[in-house]
Amino acid sequence: MELLSGGEMIARFLKDEGVEYIYGYPGGAALHIYDALHRQSDVKHVLVRHEQAATHMADGYARATGKPGVVLVTSGPGATNTVTGIATAFMDSIPMVVICGQVMSYLIGEDAFQETDMIGVSRPIVKHSFSVKHPSEIPGVLKKAFYIASSGRPGPVVVDIPKDMTMPNEKFEYNYPESVSLRSYTPPAKGHSGQIKKAVDLLLAAKRPMIYAGGGVIMGGGSELLTKLAQQLEYPVTNTLMGLGGYPATDDQFVGMLGMHGSYEANQAMHHSDLILAIGARFDDRVTNDPDKFCPSAKIIHVDIDPASISKTIRADVPIVGPVIQVLEEMLSLIDDAPARSNQDSIKNWWKQINEWRQVHGGRYDTSSDKIKPQAAVEACWRATNGDAFVASDVGQHQMFTAQYYKFAKPYRWINSGGLGTMGFGLPAAMGVKMNFPEETVVCVTGEGSIQMNIQELSTCLQYGLPVKILCLNNGYLGMVRQWQDMNYEGRHSNSYLDSLPEFKTLMDAYRHKYVEIRTKDELDSKMEEAFAMKDQLVFINCYVDPEEHVYPMQVPRGSMRDMFLSKTERT
Amino acid sequence: MRHIISVLMENEPGALSRVVGLFSQRNFNIESLNVAPTDDPTLSRLTLTTFGSDQVVEQITKQLNKLIDVVKLVDLTEGQHIERELMLVKVRASGAQRAEVKRTVDIFRGNIIDMTPSIYTMQIVGESDKLDGFLQALGGMHILEVVRTGVSGVARGEKTLSL
Repeated sequence: MELLSGGEMIARFLKDEGVEYIYGYPGGAALHIYDALHRQSDVKHVLVRHEQAATHMADGYARATGKPGVVLVTSGPGATNTVTGIATAFMDSIPMVVICGQVMSYLIGEDAFQETDMIGVSRPIVKHSFSVKHPSEIPGVLKKAFYIASSGRPGPVVVDIPKDMTMPNEKFEYNYPESVSLRSYTPPAKGHSGQIKKAVDLLLAAKRPMIYAGGGVIMGGGSELLTKLAQQLEYPVTNTLMGLGGYPATDDQFVGMLGMHGSYEANQAMHHSDLILAIGARFDDRVTNDPDKFCPSAKIIHVDIDPASISKTIRADVPIVGPVIQVLEEMLSLIDDAPARSNQDSIKNWWKQINEWRQVHGGRYDTSSDKIKPQAAVEACWRATNGDAFVASDVGQHQMFTAQYYKFAKPYRWINSGGLGTMGFGLPAAMGVKMNFPEETVVCVTGEGSIQMNIQELSTCLQYGLPVKILCLNNGYLGMVRQWQDMNYEGRHSNSYLDSLPEFKTLMDAYRHKYVEIRTKDELDSKMEEAFAMKDQLVFINCYVDPEEHVYPMQVPRGSMRDMFLSKTERT
Repeated sequence: MRHIISVLMENEPGALSRVVGLFSQRNFNIESLNVAPTDDPTLSRLTLTTFGSDQVVEQITKQLNKLIDVVKLVDLTEGQHIERELMLVKVRASGAQRAEVKRTVDIFRGNIIDMTPSIYTMQIVGESDKLDGFLQALGGMHILEVVRTGVSGVARGEKTLSL
């Protein structure tokens, strides 16, 4: 029997759980825990410069691996600084465990120094939260936290630990809990066979089918099976922003992303389809446009691990609650056993129609302009990284251009804040990936607006030697805000112009990082290659792009999926 | 349509705030709510009434079920059920009014549970409509206080909400 203090139990538990890195920032209420971490070497702590970045680092790791990222912060401001990062993970269903220090339990409720009701503050943005009432509970509570965070529909879990639960001299028996049982929580293990059969019958008879796959396919580990299913059926596939890479974008059956900035062909095909297989996706408002006008002739099969996602905004005809892997396996075996299909001719015609739509817009942009188009910069980045980098993105136009033009061929490579749209996410998320995949190329695509929201992390990159590549599509504007102002506010650019930008070169010098500047089109590829050749250096690529560029296609507000602006002068 | 949702949940600190928070977070309404521990001290039973379309109520039950503290729940209005609410009413009554109050309480099968020379406190149990009716019947009286517990309910017959 081993006796450990609460602080030691946390460090030991993390080791036993197989956690290699945790991300955080020390402070009063967490000091016993930090001291316990200092006295061991199995779990490595990464010191960020702001707690928000710790959550995004953990998040980036989780998105690249599917495993929960771990954050450690102190009470009060340490805890509240994690709120944006927790909300980011919650909206995108990312597994994360956030351990927060808390004031001594006997001080709770007295407005003690650095006291915040973190359980209360985080309640609407966590999958669950725990408050530790006795040190001996720590292993059990942490085990539950990891289990809840990573099972079912994943999400962030907060564990609030008052300082007196971690006293160095109060030792209790420690056993690593091998299993966990919660009577009120059993994630679905199997989709309903009758429903799956019904879905397959519909799929095999469809005339204009669409496979609409979201982030759940990636997080559920179902990308390979989905690809197999789609290729066996020879049906078109579209991915949500969160689902990119879940089906190889380089494959001919991929029709592009759907939704607000989805491809013309994906949105048209959705609108005209007669059957949609929605899988690991949640019919977000950025996908459906006006739900009343959504895909008028389509029957909908909706596969999701979370029953509450089904029929929340769009009514499903065949709801299937279950893990993507299991449901896809069962579908595949039913398809194998099915007799010859009678819908071959319809599918041929459907592809003919889709290929015609592909000609209409086809991701075109003005290549004759003298200015560097942001789309071209992303394409150059794709070439320089052989299309095989981990790409973390911030939020705005550059995010949409990356989603559209960086053809993700593998899952877990596209790291972006889709649901919450958190500016400042990109750099720390890229750092979290790089820390765990030191041999891989990791890019943060950002803008000069977003990067300044967590730019202090350049210091963390120096301390831990994290040679990420930062591709800053610098247009001097908050580009997406400007685009909306151009389109909806007669070009009144209220507070979307960024004056007084820092000299990024000087800034990189200050942090001892490298700097590459791209000002003309003809140097796009060479400079990009130069930057990516510096394997062991953080390189900030300051790429001056056309400030007037807009992201297209763009769905017309309150329209159906097929109602789109195709350029500044054209609409459907 | 009005629904009565009965929830069995962990008797843990914070569980109630998760339920209540869910309603404001997701823009669902709560008409009434009550909660107390059950015969099993590790479980609380919470009953709430809400109004909403079938789609909204489906979301409410799904979202409630997602809460880790929620063990089980049932929408009682989906089947035959019995519902009760308890109300305490304090009125000022003197002279002839006192006999009138007594008569009204008897008609509604309530009880007078406390009195002073000028005050009557009454207890009425029944469906919410009956309680509303009683208050109407008191019409002209000088009502000092009305306290209602909110609705509790069980399914009829063999059906139970238990582990």
